[in-house]
Amino acid sequence: MEEKTTRSAFVKDLHALESEVLELGRSVAAAIREGLRILEARDEAGACALIAGDAAINEKRYQIEEHCLRLLATQQPMAGDLRRVTAVLHIASDLERMGDQAEGIGKIVVLLGTAPLIKPLIDIPKLTGIVLEMLDAAMGAFSQSDGERARAIAARDDEADRLHNVIDQDLFHLMVGDPSKITQATYLMWVSHNLERIADLVTNVCEQVVFVSTGSIEELNVRRTCDTKPRD
Amino acid sequence: MRHRRSARARRVTEVVAFSLFGAATVAGLFALGIILYYIISRGGGALSWEFLTTFPRKGMTAGGIYPALVGSLYLTAGAIVLALPLALGAAVFLVEYAREGPWVRAIRIGVNTLAGVPSIVFGLLGLALFVKALGIGVSVLAGSLTLGLLILPLLVRTAEEALRSVPRSFREGGLALGATRWRTIRAIVLPAALPGILTGIVLGLSRAIGETAPIMFTAAAFFTPQLPTSPLDEVMALPYHIFVMATESPNAWKTKDLQYGAVLVLVGLVLVLNLGAILLRAHARRRKVW
Amino acid sequence: MVNERSSFSLGARAPRSSSCEIEPILAVSTLSLWYGKQQALRGVTLSFPVCRATAVIGPSGCGKSTLIRSLNRMNDLVPHLRIEGQILFHGQDIYARDADPVEIRRRIGMVFQKPNPFPKSIYENVAFGLRVNGLKDHLDDRVESALRRAALWDEVKDHLRKKSGFDLSGGQQQRLCLARALAVEPEVLLMDEPCSALDPVATAKIEDLIQELKVEMTIVIVTHNMQQAARVSDDTAFLLLGDLIEFAPTEQLFTRPSDPRTEAYITGKFG
Repeated sequence: MEEKTTRSAFVKDLHALESEVLELGRSVAAAIREGLRILEARDEAGACALIAGDAAINEKRYQIEEHCLRLLATQQPMAGDLRRVTAVLHIASDLERMGDQAEGIGKIVVLLGTAPLIKPLIDIPKLTGIVLEMLDAAMGAFSQSDGERARAIAARDDEADRLHNVIDQDLFHLMVGDPSKITQATYLMWVSHNLERIADLVTNVCEQVVFVSTGSIEELNVRRTCDTKPRD
Repeated sequence: MRHRRSARARRVTEVVAFSLFGAATVAGLFALGIILYYIISRGGGALSWEFLTTFPRKGMTAGGIYPALVGSLYLTAGAIVLALPLALGAAVFLVEYAREGPWVRAIRIGVNTLAGVPSIVFGLLGLALFVKALGIGVSVLAGSLTLGLLILPLLVRTAEEALRSVPRSFREGGLALGATRWRTIRAIVLPAALPGILTGIVLGLSRAIGETAPIMFTAAAFFTPQLPTSPLDEVMALPYHIFVMATESPNAWKTKDLQYGAVLVLVGLVLVLNLGAILLRAHARRRKVW
Repeated sequence: MVNERSSFSLGARAPRSSSCEIEPILAVSTLSLWYGKQQALRGVTLSFPVCRATAVIGPSGCGKSTLIRSLNRMNDLVPHLRIEGQILFHGQDIYARDADPVEIRRRIGMVFQKPNPFPKSIYENVAFGLRVNGLKDHLDDRVESALRRAALWDEVKDHLRKKSGFDLSGGQQQRLCLARALAVEPEVLLMDEPCSALDPVATAKIEDLIQELKVEMTIVIVTHNMQQAARVSDDTAFLLLGDLIEFAPTEQLFTRPSDPRTEAYITGKFG
């Protein structure tokens, strides 16, 4: 229910902007899901569709940026509103990059062709699941400006990283054992890498949600040591 | 249908109203015109340089109005000189310093009442107070004092109006720079109010010069052989001189031309002064940029 | 000039270069103010940082004009005024019984909402304050210096004595009033909505001047234009119905205010 307030046109405009961002999030989530599906089904046609569909995601991002620019110029948002609009600019950019990662998976499916898989897909779907949950939760946290929830989501990035390392290790062993599997293993490693990148981008989104909620700009899930082993 | 009829009715009402207003104005001007014509036609003949600069001779049947003219000027100037500081002081006090309260209201009522007092009362007051009680005797001084009291309310009112018309922002600007209240009034408010105050002075002059009753008992003499040499001397005055010629001079009918001449001079002076006041006011209004 | 007759003394005027000490020279301490029965300020406590511009914002009737006019005792002109609390200038209460409002107004200058030049020549406008305060030496130089500081010199230098203050445009008139105030070298400059009667170009010029001036004096500016407050000030105070709700560095108050009422006001969302 909308409370009665001054600047109702501006408030409505802000809500519209928020809806656009959530819509973009849904499109990106759909692209990620599709990426897993075409990988499991080896659907080349689907892959081409996914690759072509990235253009729509880019387009949506630019529309959101235009919208933000218009709001900044004409409404002079301040305080919480200002933080929201600048956060949306960041989030739209991050979502678009997630879309690029999903598109990347589509390209890999094309490269994989119809050759049989060197190992059954268990962990990759699992990783995809984690990433999709994180993205969905992050969008929810954004819509509620829930900084605490955002922090919790960002913490799951560790889980995603661990799983990514496991996948890499498995594929590495396979490569070492049988050189003919190197090509496909490399492609699958790319898929895993793309998914892990998406998780990082979701963390960025969570940082923006924390900024909107508290006004402070923090890095979440910082790891500055040279220790490449995953934390547990 | 109703709309059209009321529009016509409205137009008719407007035309009728403006015609009546116009007629009223014309009537007033017409009256003035008749008086002027009467005076000019009968007195114009007597006007001459000699008339204005020689003493009356032969029991006022010949000669001029010189002493009366000069006497009137002395009395009027004296009235202004005596009344103006008082009036300015009162106006500055009322506008700049006084806080609204029973005292200020009493002062205002007093000033307004003074304005309504008949001039003969002023004359008697002057006689009792200045001539007799203070022992000044019938003189220019007593006459000026009496006339001064007469025009005091007028001067106070116009000065007050002039001071009030100076915007508050001038005073605030002065004070904000670290000027005292009095410095601000002296250096900013009074100069800005000057045109209005001058107008008041001219109006006071024109009022004072035509008054007879106040000077009858306090200053005016039937005849003085020479001009007054000190403020304690008696003096002739134009309005009184006219009165004298018309009633007491032994050959009243013989002085008729001279009477009209004197009247013409007096009316002329009053008209010129009033015109001056109007022009001053218009000039001040044009110059007023705030 | 120290008034030796009274025990109240603001101390000798500090030389320009050292007047930007760290300690605030102007502060308000639990100030409450009543117009008759109406309370306009409720226990406001606030220190104005030196050599910075402080903006005072708030909706109509919040007390911001009342506050700024109390700082140089211009409120003395208002009848039925009652004040409790203190306003400290160099540590001394300016409402003390033996305080001299004339001296205070010399050191705390003011520019008003509507430009109010005197009906005198441009030169006399600026010279008035100097004459009144006994700064009569090098009058021409002081007048020129003040007009330069107000960025008006070039526009009027050929007409100093010929043109009246009223022959200037609105923006120029306001800069003349600024020059007039600057001529007496105040330590604090109060500005009561100085641009609200001006067009955007004139406003921009005045805002630029404020940026230059705040380097050497304390400036307090009341404004109902929030973007102006954000552009021009280093710190901002938000008043609401006579209460001081929040006082913070401008950048912080406009991006992450701590009080929801401040947030509601600056985002323009009143329930």
